[in-house]
Amino acid sequence: MTRKFAAEYEGVEALVAAAGQLRRDGHLLLDAFTPFPVARLDDILEVKPSKIRLVMLVAGLIMAAFAYGLQWYSSVVNYPLDVGGRPLNSWPVFMLVPFEVGVLAAVIAGLIAFLANCGLPALHHPIFDIIGFERASQDRFFLLVAASVADEQGNTLRHALEQAGAISVSEMWSA
Amino acid sequence: MSAVLRKTAAKAPHPWLAASHESYSAVTAAVSDPILKRPAGTLWWIAFIIASLMVFATIVAIGVLFTKGVGVWGVNTTIVWGYAIASYVWWIAIGSGGTLISSMLLLTRQRWRAATNRFAETMTIFAVAISGLFPILHLGRPQYFYWLAPYPNTMLLWPQWRSALVWDFWAILSYLLFSVIFFYIGLLPDLATMRDRAGTTVGRVLYGIFALGWRGSARHWRTYETFHKTMAALAVPLVVSVHSIVGLDFAASLMPGWQESIFPPYFVVGALYSGFATVVVLSALLRWGMRLQALITINHFDAMAKILLMASIIMTFSYASEWFTAWYAGSDADRSLVRYFFTGYYAPLYWLLLLFNCTLPQAFWFRTVRRNVLGVVAICIFVDVGMWIERILIIWNTLSHDYAQSMWRHFHPTLSDWVLLFGPLGLFAFFFLCYVRVLPAVSMYETRKLCHDEGVA
Repeated sequence: MTRKFAAEYEGVEALVAAAGQLRRDGHLLLDAFTPFPVARLDDILEVKPSKIRLVMLVAGLIMAAFAYGLQWYSSVVNYPLDVGGRPLNSWPVFMLVPFEVGVLAAVIAGLIAFLANCGLPALHHPIFDIIGFERASQDRFFLLVAASVADEQGNTLRHALEQAGAISVSEMWSA
Repeated sequence: MSAVLRKTAAKAPHPWLAASHESYSAVTAAVSDPILKRPAGTLWWIAFIIASLMVFATIVAIGVLFTKGVGVWGVNTTIVWGYAIASYVWWIAIGSGGTLISSMLLLTRQRWRAATNRFAETMTIFAVAISGLFPILHLGRPQYFYWLAPYPNTMLLWPQWRSALVWDFWAILSYLLFSVIFFYIGLLPDLATMRDRAGTTVGRVLYGIFALGWRGSARHWRTYETFHKTMAALAVPLVVSVHSIVGLDFAASLMPGWQESIFPPYFVVGALYSGFATVVVLSALLRWGMRLQALITINHFDAMAKILLMASIIMTFSYASEWFTAWYAGSDADRSLVRYFFTGYYAPLYWLLLLFNCTLPQAFWFRTVRRNVLGVVAICIFVDVGMWIERILIIWNTLSHDYAQSMWRHFHPTLSDWVLLFGPLGLFAFFFLCYVRVLPAVSMYETRKLCHDEGVA
């Protein structure tokens, strides 16, 4: 089992520089924790674009089709009501409800996909045990790196993280 | 560390942050400390008590209405819609304005939105929830409101899908749930910050549960941003459709002054107009009450005033198009109705509406007015009042002056009308006062990002 280390950095520049350096040195970067989104980390950490929009589109279309089908079935097949000779399948006004509920379904599906994608809710995670991690949601930037198999004690990695300007380096104990 | 960001005196180098050099922690503290560290002041309690009394009055008025029926209102056999429908349109418009300000500014990458989007979204939720009350109050038999939903029932009946009431039901329901999710997702990273800063166990546990274990992982941020932006992109057509449906409630009828194809877009612009005006009023209140002068700057008021000016011009154009088409189409009922606007029973209100919505906002052409917070707020309050008058006049004028002269009557509001007009303002204030004591009023993570991008921190 390899050891994992979390290093704390003061700012975005320090974190991005350290991440780039460690990656060039061949270390396995696992994740970064920042108080706001930092787009430059996506390439360094190889974060893949999310497929969440596809899920939303499909869910929205299915719901809209279902809503239209329900209106059509109720007013053409199950309960036809002739009001002044208007067509039973009044498609222009039957577009309104499918649009509204389609958007709603897309967003609900997106919420579920987002949570599933992130593995949330997960009220506990080993990273929370790192001393000072509460500042990751405020003003500090953390980098999580795995030590290589050869580096059994993790001393090389620890040294590399500090060299890259870390304020502190602590080991993350997996549950 | 000071809890209040010191506003730099003269020339602040950054238009959207009136502080020259501040750390991320100072920005975070400026928003979260009023909630976590400072007790609610006397003014907050006075406002809270007044709001609670208004909530009580609203509950009593609703009780009376439900016991006695809609006869307690000034509605009659000619003017079958009254204050409730005007208030419904007014409240849902305020909600729509909140969503539009938040989502359009996100999509157009207006960095200054960080200061205003959170309470604009909050305003939306409360306003849409309140607006949803009015159609139910107006149903006459509110206990059967669930008949609007298609569910298997022993009567073997279906909702009438061609009815505006059914469209409203789905529009409000979808929009309210959408707004709650949009608001909650925007709040998620800030809830984690609150969890990490809370001093008490109760605070940590409650914020912690709602933060869902958010830890600011780079992988999570990427999905988060995709989801948030996609929702913003969906919000714009959703709001436009919801408010178009509100417009269709009128336009799908055969009444003079209502059956106009311009109604859906005209209602959407009206929504944006009164919604922005309300955001400005709330910004000023929060800026003063929570001491956020460094985050909500004079440039924010300047930018919002420009948008209001544009909306005012489009509103004026919409009114003028109503007059023009009435004259150009040549129908007696329409021409007579426009004459009635200017000279009839409600004419003083119509002139007031033109003053508030079309004339006063022209002051925003002047930079000195746009950069005077009190001036901007005063005009915005007039716009909000003017927009309510617009909605009640759409109802009164047309219903009081339709095709058959024998049907022409006037509307005389009753006590119940007045209580249910002003009471919900107390309900809104009550929700909002609770919100500012519990949740961060400004998006902290976006402000931190703004500080980084602007090179302040």
